Amino acid sequence: MAKLASALVNRLVIIVPYAWLLFFFLIPFFIVFRISLSQTTVAMPPYTPVFDLAGGLAGILEKAREFSVDNYVWLTEDALYFNAYVSSLIIAAISTFLTLLIGYPIAYGMAKAPRAIRPTLLMLVILPFWTSFLIRVYAWIAILKPEGLLNQFLMTIGIIDQPLIILNTNSAIYIGIVYSYLPFMVLPIYSALEKMDHSLIEAAQDLGCTQVSAFWRVTFPLSLPGVVAGCLLVFIPAVGEFVIPDLLGGSETLMIGKTLWNEFNANRDWPVSSAVATVLLLILVIPIVYFQNVQAKADGERG
Amino acid sequence: MMKSLGSIRRSFAPWADPASKPFISVKNVTKKFGDFTAVDDLSLNIYTREFFALLGASGCGKSTLLRMLAGFEQPTSGEIILDGQNLAGIPPYRRPVNMMFQSYALFPHMTVENNIAFGLKQDGMPKPEIAERVAQMLKLVKLEKFAKRKPHQLSGGQRQRVALARSLAKRPKVLLLDEPLGALDKKLREETQFELMDLQQELGLTFVIVTHDQEEAMTMADRIAVMSHGKVVQVATPAEIYEAPNSRFVADFIGDVNLFDGAVTSAEGGSVRIKTTGGIPVRMASSEKLANGARAAIAIRPEKIRISRQAPAHAPVNAAEGEIWDIGYLGDMTVFHVRLKDGKVVKASSLNAVRAVEDPLGYDQQVWISFGEDAGVVLKD
Ligand SMILES: Nc1ncnc2c1ncn2[C@@H]1O[C@H](COP(=O)(O)OP(=O)(O)O)[C@@H](O)[C@H]1O
Ligand SMILES: [Mg+2]
Repeated sequence: MAKLASALVNRLVIIVPYAWLLFFFLIPFFIVFRISLSQTTVAMPPYTPVFDLAGGLAGILEKAREFSVDNYVWLTEDALYFNAYVSSLIIAAISTFLTLLIGYPIAYGMAKAPRAIRPTLLMLVILPFWTSFLIRVYAWIAILKPEGLLNQFLMTIGIIDQPLIILNTNSAIYIGIVYSYLPFMVLPIYSALEKMDHSLIEAAQDLGCTQVSAFWRVTFPLSLPGVVAGCLLVFIPAVGEFVIPDLLGGSETLMIGKTLWNEFNANRDWPVSSAVATVLLLILVIPIVYFQNVQAKADGERG
Repeated sequence: MMKSLGSIRRSFAPWADPASKPFISVKNVTKKFGDFTAVDDLSLNIYTREFFALLGASGCGKSTLLRMLAGFEQPTSGEIILDGQNLAGIPPYRRPVNMMFQSYALFPHMTVENNIAFGLKQDGMPKPEIAERVAQMLKLVKLEKFAKRKPHQLSGGQRQRVALARSLAKRPKVLLLDEPLGALDKKLREETQFELMDLQQELGLTFVIVTHDQEEAMTMADRIAVMSHGKVVQVATPAEIYEAPNSRFVADFIGDVNLFDGAVTSAEGGSVRIKTTGGIPVRMASSEKLANGARAAIAIRPEKIRISRQAPAHAPVNAAEGEIWDIGYLGDMTVFHVRLKDGKVVKASSLNAVRAVEDPLGYDQQVWISFGEDAGVVLKD
């Protein structure tokens, strides 16, 4: 009896994450995907066809014929979408790189800090999460605007005499993304560095490496899994980021998140915005799945 | 238990020759971590081509001393001279020594051959030469077939040999080995001990090995430094350490020993007389200068104690009566625990040189233990 119960618990434990994925990822995705195949109408909901169970299976099949890929064709016809995708990917890539440049030394410093103060440092990295993301991004407006804190400070100490125009440029977006996503970069790199055996560095030094070359030949390669994880955790949400470009970026900033928002809210074109979302997902998911496969194969060879 | 007296290489004894210069000189080195003293005013000389062992209980400062030789720790005071050069301030990557780490510290992201080539690449050796040297090293440690494997695809013994090959690849003048066999099982460890000795002879290198295993040190080393609490207690050949320990600590630490405490009754003409606390009058050959009445101890190894049914001719000197309390049959020898009149238990071992003894000694038998005047050493308290 106890055995049966424990088998059941085991089964449940495996089912939970799959159920989670099913309810909160796959089903919403299919709803979005289905809407992307529909047409707009002025109604509620603002697209056709709308299924109801009254017509039975035949009715549903009949209506399914109304599906078309017109919206996807539409995305290819207007250069706006293509440009928005490319620009989002570029902005996300640059931001990810900047986050890595700033995050790696922080993670390294934390991993090298005395063991006793590491939990405190970890706490400090997570601390910003305790206030609202939106408020923190708004705060950057106050810092970056022409008469904001940053410009006042720089002018007081005499580095500049004209205020820098940062707000409503891509620079402000980079600052916003780097600031907001830094913990997602720091934490995986820190965890990779922290579990590294210090005697490996000593072995490298013993074999002729200076501290610097030991870092590049041993520490950095061994932290790569953390670097990759951190970059994915920053890059993926940054591509679809809406709040930061909306609040900090300028009118010329083109990002797919903003485009999607416009289609959905301003144009009330649910099908096209669903198509935009579906393509965005594919752009992100396909390379990642491919990458994970390569990684798994490499691991398989090793293990 | 069989005791090897170590690999006594004929005529290799540079330490005994006042004209020979030490290759490594550790002079009054102290290392403190905070207010804890890990190595305490320690001095040592190690000679070229010597197989030198640092032996001591865990935590006595062996690794710390080795790490100071490698350059990972700086002495708090004192100096280390290697080949005439003061090592103070010289970083690990510019010392002509290499170290084999206790954990092996193999680079997990590199294949066996890249691990071995690591130091050579760092030195900018031309590629063909690197390939040649790596092949040579793989052959030396018999791992030719495993060149393309990653460390985690190897057994413990194979990893140990990769670590060895890697530390030898740069042809260091001195190889430092921190418990190199600690992670291997007993049988593999014994095989590897002899392999290491052969290798050291073949390459003509100076080896400094750290171990807490006295048999390992005895088997491999030319000389052993017995350490305790950051100090060297005795430096000598394995045979000297075993036969002539200079202190209770060393006598007790290396092998089995019977210690008889007592007071000196006379000491003259190369002979010391002691009355043990159990009342045995002991006469032992010794040049120790001891005052009458001074406290001293006699250390005698179990195999140097005889057991007989009758009192020996020299009784009661160097002899005592007792009963057999315990018998440990080990195959090659038998260890008898004899309980003396005062309750002291003495260990005596005898080699089982013949297959069957007609009238073997049994439990509870009354016997005499005895020993010669040169069987033990006198230790000052
Ligand atoms: N980096 C360090 N900081 C503080 N204490 C240390 C450090 N390294 C070693 N010790 C202490 O020094 C003593 C000797 O250590 P070690 O040389 O590693 O001993 P062992 O003889 O077992 O190799 C131990 O008590 C250890 O705790
Ligand atoms: Mg140690």
